[in-house]
Amino acid sequence: MAMTNPVSIIKGAISLIIGLGVTIKAFFQPVVTCQYPREVIAISPRFRGHTKLVGDDENPDRTRCIVCGMCERSCPSGAIHKVEGEKREGEKKKVATSYILDFSTCSQCGICVEVCPTDALAFSADYNIVGYSREDCRFDLVKEYEKRKTT
Amino acid sequence: MTETIVNNIADVIGWETIRTVVGLVGVLVVVVVNALVLTWAERKVSAHMQRRIGPKEVGPFGLLQPIADTVKLLAKELLTPQNVEKPLYYLAPVIVFIPVLVSFVVIPFDARLQVKDINVGVLVILAFSSLSVLSILLAGLGSNNKYSLIGSVRSIAQNIAYEIPLLLSLLSVVLMANSLSLRDIVEAQKGVWYVFSQPIAFLIFFIASVAETNRTPFDLPEAESELVAGFHTEYSGMRFALFFLAEYTNVFIVCAMTTTFFLGGYQGPILPGIIWFFAKTYLLVFVILWFRWTFPRVRFDQLLNFSWKLLIPLSFLNLIVTGGLLKL
Repeated sequence: MAMTNPVSIIKGAISLIIGLGVTIKAFFQPVVTCQYPREVIAISPRFRGHTKLVGDDENPDRTRCIVCGMCERSCPSGAIHKVEGEKREGEKKKVATSYILDFSTCSQCGICVEVCPTDALAFSADYNIVGYSREDCRFDLVKEYEKRKTT
Repeated sequence: MTETIVNNIADVIGWETIRTVVGLVGVLVVVVVNALVLTWAERKVSAHMQRRIGPKEVGPFGLLQPIADTVKLLAKELLTPQNVEKPLYYLAPVIVFIPVLVSFVVIPFDARLQVKDINVGVLVILAFSSLSVLSILLAGLGSNNKYSLIGSVRSIAQNIAYEIPLLLSLLSVVLMANSLSLRDIVEAQKGVWYVFSQPIAFLIFFIASVAETNRTPFDLPEAESELVAGFHTEYSGMRFALFFLAEYTNVFIVCAMTTTFFLGGYQGPILPGIIWFFAKTYLLVFVILWFRWTFPRVRFDQLLNFSWKLLIPLSFLNLIVTGGLLKL
């Protein structure tokens, strides 16, 4: 019925032309995609990468971590291991010497970040983590902090 | 020196043979280069209509991407699925290519650049372009695959429906030019292009030729969202490449036909004719790509109704009016 009704044919033809207008407009508009390996967009401040240790404000040699072990106990996935530290000469608080994060089981829920009494944990913006084995996903956040500090 | 050599060769085998060989080589070059350009253009146009960049890694602007794809297709193993109808399965990709080549013979690229001006050129082109449906049927029948079969059956119904308006709209052009030779038709458009004197025929012809080449919105034979890839589902490697090549060459041929019949062919001011011809043809190719990224696929009943209930009566009417006006 619609095929032989001249009014609907003309209306249909006009809608087709409008559609062509939409695509040709898009054709001449600038590209919106990010050419990822060639260019990198700014990471939003609330991006949740793996957790990282935050440096102490007064003494940047050490982290804020006091090795209380709250994060290890509260982690629902059991992704945090070996939160160990030592008491150093002239320091009131313990200094972390090891903090193993198993990124393969971490779900970035953020409970450890919230529970930390000294705000020693934060989310990093690092999303380029790859590994060939499960072991590659276990890394020491204290060592990672040391590396970050020097660079 | 070279002239005498050429003359000596010509004395032995005849000018006509030389003309045929040179023409064939030229046509093959045009076919291959056109397919390479069109694959690149299709990906670029689709990308920009979706506001992406498209191929850009291989060569400047991704221009060498089609060559990389060709090498990959050539190097691929030719898989033959079990229980295929072997003669049909092997023949289909070869047959799809022959009518495409023959259609090139009569297309006038320039005033003097034409492989052969046949006085029934219109008939030749129509007859051979309708042969391509045979290869689609063979591919569908021989593949032992339900998607291929459905695709080829659809293709036949579609081609039968759209060949009639294609022919009828051309008839009114032939009536006006009073000739079936393609060069005569182009020469007859010296003053006014037929797109202005025959706008309805132009529209019908262009729509029907989009349907003839199985492109969106009429791509039911290879509807990828329902039929995987339609008739060429079971083809891989170079056999698939032949179908691919034929499809893009068909797009070029229908655009070249539209240029010849309605847009004055190689005629245009200042620039040489061959540039005008290719500019007009590729403009139409762009329109077909544009259609593809604008219109969704039609339903099968809509497809057939559109042809039988609208295009065919309209083209008949156009033919009668044209004939009447010419008689007056």
